[in-house]
Amino acid sequence: MAADLPGEFDVVVLGTGLTESVIAAACSRVGQRVLHVDRRSYYAGNWASFTFNGLLSWMEECKQGGQSSAEEATDWGDKLEEGEEALVLSVMDTSITNLEVFCYASEEPEEEEKEADASRHTPAPVQAEGEQDAQSDSPTCPQEVPEGDAPQEGQGQIDGLLQDGAEEAPGKDEEAASPETSQAREVQGEEPSANPSPTEVKKISYAKIVKEGRRFNIDLVSKLLYSRGLLVDLLIKSNVSRYAEFKNVSRILTYRDGKLEQVPCSRADVFGSKQLTMVEKRMLMKFLTFCLDYEEHPEEYLDFTERSFWDFLQTKKLTDNIQHFLLHSIAMVPPETRTGEGLRSTQYFLRSLGRYSNTPFLFPIYGLGEIPQCFCRMCAVFGGTYCLRHSVRCLVLDKESGRCKAVIDTCGQRISCSHFVLEEGYVPEERRKGAACRQISRGVLITDRSLLPSETEQQLSLITVPPLEPGAAAVRITELCSSTMTCMPGTYLVHLTCPASGSAHADLAPVVSRLFTETPGDTGAADAERPAVLWALYFNMRNATVPSTASYDLPANVHVCPGPDGLLGNDHSIRLAEEVFHRIVPDEEFCPPAPNPEDIIFEGVGPQGEGAGIGEPSQGEDAAEAGQEDDVKTEAAKDESLENAGSGEAAGQESGVEAQEAAALPSAPPPTPPTDE
Amino acid sequence: MHGRVKLKSTAQQEEEKRKEKEKKLKIYLTTRDACFNKRKEGVLDEEALQLSQQLLASNPDFATLWNYRREILLYLETVRSEDEVQRLYEEELNFLETCLKMNPKSYGSWHHRGWVSSRLPRPDWARELGLCDRYLYHDDRNFHCWDYRRLVVKMSGVPIEQELQFTDRLIGSNFSNYSSWHYRSTLLPLLAPGSAESSSPQRECSSPTSSPQMHSHRVCEERLLKEYELVQNAFFTDPNDQSAWFYYRWLLGRAEREEMISCVYVSREGERVVVAFSRPVNALSVGFLLVVDGQPLQVDWRSAHSCVRHSPVWICELPPGTISDTSNEHNLTVTWTEKRTHRDCALYSGRAESWCRDSATDLELFRSELSVEKSSVLQSELQSCTQLLELEPQNKWCLLTIILLMRALDPLAYEKETLAHFQILKEVDSMRSSYYSDLCSKFMIENTILKMEYAEVRVFSLCDKSLSTLCHLDQLLLVTHINLSSNQLLRLPPQFAMLQCLEVLQADNNIIEDLEGLRHLPRLEEVSLRNNRLSRLSDLRPLTTCPKLTRLDLRGNPIAQATSIRSELADMLPSATDLLL
Repeated sequence: MAADLPGEFDVVVLGTGLTESVIAAACSRVGQRVLHVDRRSYYAGNWASFTFNGLLSWMEECKQGGQSSAEEATDWGDKLEEGEEALVLSVMDTSITNLEVFCYASEEPEEEEKEADASRHTPAPVQAEGEQDAQSDSPTCPQEVPEGDAPQEGQGQIDGLLQDGAEEAPGKDEEAASPETSQAREVQGEEPSANPSPTEVKKISYAKIVKEGRRFNIDLVSKLLYSRGLLVDLLIKSNVSRYAEFKNVSRILTYRDGKLEQVPCSRADVFGSKQLTMVEKRMLMKFLTFCLDYEEHPEEYLDFTERSFWDFLQTKKLTDNIQHFLLHSIAMVPPETRTGEGLRSTQYFLRSLGRYSNTPFLFPIYGLGEIPQCFCRMCAVFGGTYCLRHSVRCLVLDKESGRCKAVIDTCGQRISCSHFVLEEGYVPEERRKGAACRQISRGVLITDRSLLPSETEQQLSLITVPPLEPGAAAVRITELCSSTMTCMPGTYLVHLTCPASGSAHADLAPVVSRLFTETPGDTGAADAERPAVLWALYFNMRNATVPSTASYDLPANVHVCPGPDGLLGNDHSIRLAEEVFHRIVPDEEFCPPAPNPEDIIFEGVGPQGEGAGIGEPSQGEDAAEAGQEDDVKTEAAKDESLENAGSGEAAGQESGVEAQEAAALPSAPPPTPPTDE
Repeated sequence: MHGRVKLKSTAQQEEEKRKEKEKKLKIYLTTRDACFNKRKEGVLDEEALQLSQQLLASNPDFATLWNYRREILLYLETVRSEDEVQRLYEEELNFLETCLKMNPKSYGSWHHRGWVSSRLPRPDWARELGLCDRYLYHDDRNFHCWDYRRLVVKMSGVPIEQELQFTDRLIGSNFSNYSSWHYRSTLLPLLAPGSAESSSPQRECSSPTSSPQMHSHRVCEERLLKEYELVQNAFFTDPNDQSAWFYYRWLLGRAEREEMISCVYVSREGERVVVAFSRPVNALSVGFLLVVDGQPLQVDWRSAHSCVRHSPVWICELPPGTISDTSNEHNLTVTWTEKRTHRDCALYSGRAESWCRDSATDLELFRSELSVEKSSVLQSELQSCTQLLELEPQNKWCLLTIILLMRALDPLAYEKETLAHFQILKEVDSMRSSYYSDLCSKFMIENTILKMEYAEVRVFSLCDKSLSTLCHLDQLLLVTHINLSSNQLLRLPPQFAMLQCLEVLQADNNIIEDLEGLRHLPRLEEVSLRNNRLSRLSDLRPLTTCPKLTRLDLRGNPIAQATSIRSELADMLPSATDLLL
């Protein structure tokens, strides 16, 4: 396959996460020869979105510690020349740990379930803890054992540092979690009968989920796009937006006093809110208006710069109601955050408001994994070479200058390059200087109804759950409806995210059990209003903090891209991509607008001609781009019209109709990555 | 650089665009000419439809072509079967949608759509309503679409409640929208009409023949309370958005007075009848009938001032001797035939004058101008607004609304607060300070009229109140003494001549430059205009029409400095023996 790649590139990028993909696209756009490879068989790394079955395979892969194939060339000694040394990259992916799966949907026996293996053992969680656990060779996990029999060997070995600190917490959570789990098992025991209640509307069985698995696009990382965030700006500026379609987050909810409430954040929300009194409406609007340009009114907050945002809010004659909304749902910061940062977060939120809708957020249809792929596509259009299931085994360093001269790929081929960009996961342990990294706790649930049903089923909600106990972390939830093309009709895909203090399941179980019912089969009447969890996945993911270049002991022309962080937005990744780009090509513009397809001159052969035929965009590819022209217009019109809608410009709104017409067309299939060898 | 994508240069692109344009233009012109030729020849066929469609698709505002299409369609209607006509018109609707996409505010397209919809044998109104929804969703101020929607609603009988919910939706997504609020104001009275009895504060009137009927385009109270809440949500959320405040003003109500004769005044000495109407009328074009002692009289009506064609006050001279004998009693009746209303007035023996009228206090004239609602409702509205004002002490809309509410509740009791609020208004909204001054003047005059009537006197005194304008002068018909000193009046407007009983005028310390209103005031004897800005002799010319003028004080005016002014004045106003210069 990748046996005859060209031997020379300007930039070699390993990993197809967001940051790497943006760098690859930006470099390719300005004429750098880019080789973009990924060890995995799919794009986007930890930013990927999977179909249900794809997710099951991913889980299997995680169990094996991300080690792909053993038939790698290990003998590269002969590729090295005088005065060179090899730096071997890590082959283990340790970014995902504590993987646990629970299935609550009934498993109808008549259905064929070939792929259900992973959850066959459920609700006993499937252990797939990455390399450590694979070594520990203990497939059990706390939740599986009845109370009392708690912590068993094996666990201690898991991520020692984290686990020790959090030893008590998981113990507690375990009690909360296990009744449900054991109940789940019981029912599973009498599986075939499954209490078919006559009143029940048709239940979604596990087999059904598997059968409809292709309708799911399950994100590994749960993020949204701030309408005025760096990513949206970049998508528009670079014209990459033509490859993607978005949906507005339709509402923002918060959990307060045991129930979910809609957060009034826009003017229309405040107007329509039933929970706020008239005076509260005024106070909230007044405060929000102040936050929008708080820098102009330093007298309002200067006395509080050294104190917490929470203290500041206390002095603003705001009712508890509003303080809660502001802190948890709008600023989305912990109470102890300094006033300045709280105001900045609030302002950031508010500035994104109204650009595209009454909430500040966009979500890409078909899942977040689309975004890195869009940039890959752009890279390919401008001549980038793509190769999946292909990796770089080691770097060739020049002993004298300490620079990376070339890389040796998994086929043993030496490819020279002047810059090498890699995903953080490939950095060998001994080259990391940073302290122990932090983790994100992630939960993915498939549920049968919305957390807060409304007239329309198709709500895309962001839900903030403040810490249930003091000291715990706030949990961020996004609930995706089927029109986002991320789950099958009749279900909702729920993503939970919080900073980890223990295993993902332990961190998130309290919130899940408050908001959902985890009973399999038919639910009691008492729980009827809460959504039932049909299937759940928990895992921890490494929380990538922005690295200073000094965090790694690597040559200056080797650039590390950390994976996703735990924040809601994507600014860090985009900012880093731009930084790295400028280090690679200091004098070029970052992602200038891509020309319209009709303005590109095609010559006899593609710009990069006689390559290996791998990942090389043929003319057909470009023709396909030309076909996309309409999408471009839609996007542009959409942007413009929505911008203007805010200012009430009639002219802008006219084009809005057009945009809507276009948007009403059946949405195009997800853009397929340019090449898959 | 290597590997860079090659792009067409801008010159290349522009050349291509230019050529493209040229080609298009040529096709367009040829098609247009072909189309016109066909029309000239009176051809009404499918091909003409085809041609005009091509043109309209690129330029939907070509009115002639729409007309041509209608001619063709009308003809085809006569030669085709109903099903074929249905299909034809359905295609027309589809075509129109593409035109509207091209220009959502095309007059021609919307008009043609209305025409087609009304001719469609089996119209699909649901589809049309859906189309309106869609267009208004994208531009909630597209008035073409609003018009078309009203047509659709009317033709298809959409329930009002459903339309009301539609405005709920639009207002919910953006309440800065006059169109939606206005639509509500037309729907609500249809949906929940308030009965005239319950909503208009009627009083028994002194004159049973003409009870003051309030016209009520009003809404029942339960519904109103909901509306108040809705609109308060809007102005508490954004007190600077005026659409909600305007709707609120509408909700608070503006009753229209019934058209009637509000006053008949008769003077024996001048043998003159003065009639005041509830609104300005043109007596020369509407029919009045004057009956004295059972005898209809042919008289010439004139307005109080010759330059005012529409006037609330009309005057006529009776034939000499009709009522001049003081020992006789006379009964007069003025009938406004058109409105089937009349007013009687008896002039008893020995009396020099007589009148019959509805007083402003009886009618709650100035209050009802704002509201016909119950005062308990208004009181709670006032509380809400006061609450908002505490949060937003600088908000002009809130201040103004509070003033209006206070006036509706009790103009005299709230006078002091009203004046204070006006002061703030002028400061926070200095661009409109003159408007506020005029409005304040109007309210002050109303209050003074009320006070005068409660006191049952014919003296009107409003000094040192920064009056900038005069109004409600028809209400001062019976006033004999008026004092307007120390204000900011610039002129005595023509309407001032409605003060037909005026004997003494004091208007010192103003900035008056114009006395046009001091014309034909039969009883005016004394005029004091010290310290004003009268500078030319011609400014005083109107006074020559006031036969009884004896005392004129012009001290402190520029004109007083002029040489030989005294003799000139003596020539001009021979009756004015007491000249102070």
